[in-house]
Amino acid sequence: MVDLIIFLILLASGYGFGRHAEKKHYRSIIAREKELNLIPAIATKLIPATGQLYDSNLVTGNVVISIDYFKRVIAGLRNLVGGRVSSYETLIDRARREAILRMKQQAKSEGAEMVFNIKLETSSIHKGRRNAVGSVEVLAYGTALIPK
Amino acid sequence: MMITNLEMVPGKQITKHLGLVQGSSVRAKHVGRDIMASLKNIFGGELKGYTELLQDSREEAVNRMIEQARAVGANAVLNVRFSTSSIAAGAAELFAYGTAVVMD
Repeated sequence: MVDLIIFLILLASGYGFGRHAEKKHYRSIIAREKELNLIPAIATKLIPATGQLYDSNLVTGNVVISIDYFKRVIAGLRNLVGGRVSSYETLIDRARREAILRMKQQAKSEGAEMVFNIKLETSSIHKGRRNAVGSVEVLAYGTALIPK
Repeated sequence: MMITNLEMVPGKQITKHLGLVQGSSVRAKHVGRDIMASLKNIFGGELKGYTELLQDSREEAVNRMIEQARAVGANAVLNVRFSTSSIAAGAAELFAYGTAVVMD
């Protein structure tokens, strides 16, 4: 009985706080994406030959984000029936966008015009019970081009 | 020392190839952060302690790679890649590698 109560409390607080945190995070991501739109992040290696000379520098951005308890339980249930695990989809989406934003922020502070050859790397950091993924790390890195 | 993940640097010529250089760092987090992390696992959200830890150890890996490049006499490292692997519960390896070259 006590176990059940603890479980329900965890579920409810995960649902409440998790939803709030996710909404807040998405709002902040969208606002900063608009602001940093001026620095395009490009996935190609070739720099356009415009004659402009650039200094280049490696920029990185990383973030570790954890899923909340409610979503983990939902994802566990989803494992039984199969299909899209949307609770993990939003987690990874948030982490990727946040990592790219941090990378762009660093590029901006160095006065860069654009970031080339973007690479993204994802790894699960914290494994919970029965190897359930608790949190993911996303690293975004690329070469910032700073006009000379 | 120039570090870039492009395969060439615009406006510069590679005069000498010095081969692969690498740096790695294995870190574990301390218990306090683990407790904070398990709380965050209930509520969700960013694990700032881990973010910082991984960033620091990645910097360390890059510094080791730079040291190695300097030892072989390079002045730039091109095509840098990062990789992460969890080798034991609670410890992660951060690895950086690239090609050491001499540029004019």
